Amino acid sequence: MAIITYRDALNQALREEMQRDDRVFIMGEEVAVYQGAYKVSKGLLQEFGEMRVVDTPITELGFAGVGVGAAMVGLRPIIEFMTWNFALLALDQVVNAAAKMLSMSGGQFNIPIVFRGPNGAALQLSAQHSQSWESWLAHIPGLKVVAPGTPYDAKGLLKSAIRDDNPVMFLEGEMLYNIKGEVPEGEYTIPLGKAQVKREGDHVTIISYGKMINVANQAADILAKDGIRAEVIDLLTLRPIDTETIIASVKKTNRAVVVEEGWEICGMGAQIVDYVQRDCFDDLDAPVLRVHQVDVPMPYAKNLERAAKPDAQKTVAAVRQVLYLD
Amino acid sequence: MARANKSAPAPSESPNATETKSMAKKKPESSDDSALRLSLLREMLLMRRFEERTAEAYALGKIGGFCHLYIGQEAVGAGAISVLRPDDYVITSYRDHGQALARGITPRSVMAELFGRIDGCSKGKGGSMHLFDRNTNFLGGHGIVAGHIPIATGVGFAIKYRGGDQVCLCFFGEAAVNNGAFHEALNMAALWQLPVVYLVENNRYGMGTALERASSVNDIAERACSYDMPNEVVDGQDVIAVREAVTRAVARARGENTPTLIEVRTYRFMGHSMSDAVSGTYRSKEELDEYMKRDPIAVLRAQMEQRGEWSDDKMAAIDDEVRAIVEDAWNFADESPEPPLEALTEDVYVDTTSDTDTGVAAAGER
Repeated sequence: MAIITYRDALNQALREEMQRDDRVFIMGEEVAVYQGAYKVSKGLLQEFGEMRVVDTPITELGFAGVGVGAAMVGLRPIIEFMTWNFALLALDQVVNAAAKMLSMSGGQFNIPIVFRGPNGAALQLSAQHSQSWESWLAHIPGLKVVAPGTPYDAKGLLKSAIRDDNPVMFLEGEMLYNIKGEVPEGEYTIPLGKAQVKREGDHVTIISYGKMINVANQAADILAKDGIRAEVIDLLTLRPIDTETIIASVKKTNRAVVVEEGWEICGMGAQIVDYVQRDCFDDLDAPVLRVHQVDVPMPYAKNLERAAKPDAQKTVAAVRQVLYLD
Repeated sequence: MARANKSAPAPSESPNATETKSMAKKKPESSDDSALRLSLLREMLLMRRFEERTAEAYALGKIGGFCHLYIGQEAVGAGAISVLRPDDYVITSYRDHGQALARGITPRSVMAELFGRIDGCSKGKGGSMHLFDRNTNFLGGHGIVAGHIPIATGVGFAIKYRGGDQVCLCFFGEAAVNNGAFHEALNMAALWQLPVVYLVENNRYGMGTALERASSVNDIAERACSYDMPNEVVDGQDVIAVREAVTRAVARARGENTPTLIEVRTYRFMGHSMSDAVSGTYRSKEELDEYMKRDPIAVLRAQMEQRGEWSDDKMAAIDDEVRAIVEDAWNFADESPEPPLEALTEDVYVDTTSDTDTGVAAAGER
């Protein structure tokens, strides 16, 4: 099996889906001539031309709306946000238009669109460029939210997202684009709405998604050296969320830690803890703990940024706590 | 996409044009025949009687929420939409009843939507501000000021992408031009040369704030100069003038992929919504009375009288006819059931993909 980067896995998915369906096009800042701010769309302009690989002005609200309009009348846009931080300017189109069109039109107009781009912090980009918006997006009925953490998942999920007839928010990460992993040569897709058990274990369940799945796996490696067998669940899709996989695992391990990149208050972890307390109340041997970003705007200084971010050591500490080892 | 060549490309036949259901009403052919004037008069009278009954239904509690009447502005929707082909697209803001009727959505399904009933054009989920109809390419009623303007640009993009020769007609109020979405949308439409007609219904007030108190530029059409976009100002109380201006803009869009900004100067005779006084706070009774002298129905009547096309008997017959249509719509809406409770969680997602090619997904290809 080929070992490729997360970036190239996304690029393959885009290329294959654009070859497969001529209604699919990609639009955003620097996606065409510049070959993508993070080179995810590299080579697409040359292969598909300027009508299907469209550079936009820096006008996030505007081109998000262009995507919604095009989707409304039968095209299948992929709208790239250079980062989700800039997508805040476009949230009216995402929330008030894309998410609601089907419902408020009484089922007449669905919006088959993918909004994608890197989400969360990279390195020393400071406060305005280091934010993780998944809980905002997952709050909205009508949207699907997907956050892959590996090249294999990125490709299979992006292909499914492009084929889905609903608006799909696809959350990538600057720190993910260079990571490598196995990706098969042939066609495959990964269904939206299904979590994966990335690693089996019976002492504790670590629930995570996106970039943080790699943190969860690192933590599980460290814990394994002490004989602690952590089960790692990768949610992959945050809405609709696969509660069955979470519940089944926690019923087995009786302990859980959620690792998320965003802030604590109203974060994804809060929702997951709610599902767990509802369905696993009698199975829990310890309160569920959460690992998340410290509740501050992201600082620039390297040491402060490191202290603010969730990481493997913080995850290990949380796991040891729910196991009453510390 | 590079800036498009402004020379006219060969218009290609829309591959989907023949699939579109034919409109129930016959569309007028030319601006200067008497049949056209009669048809536009009937259209405006239908809107007027419909909105009068809407106000009554609101007062009786049969209609809830926000409700914005079109009375006074009928010439804009009637004149502009009369220019379009059935396979063109219409998108508008929340003051959408009149345009929905002009586009051919039945009075029954519009009234049933206002009443929140299952037979409404949005199955009771949208209400007054969110009228939608796929059969007539009516892309909604939208409730966020200026939010639908980029969507219209996207519809224009899709038309060009497919090599079609349709046009998207986008209505919005003058207050929307101060919103960033307007600028972002018009910039891209001009940059990419998209077949969209942006039609500002300048009714002088954004809710209660006069144009002069909100906009640094009082001639809205001048805003188009920022985007090197053709523009025009037209008397919105004269339905024929509106029709002619929109005809020119549609020809530019269809033939040359060139967008236009049309400022239509009109006036609403009612409050912004159902909760504000018609006059007395932000505008005076005297001002209202002055504008009401140019009632669009009276303006057209005068034109018809001049040409000897007016007869009180004929007009009374038309008025009786549209009143009966509105009465029928009211009765239909009143008898239509509320949406079943199971509908609450329906139509939030579709469970189709591009692989399944069924349901709304397939219908999206038009």
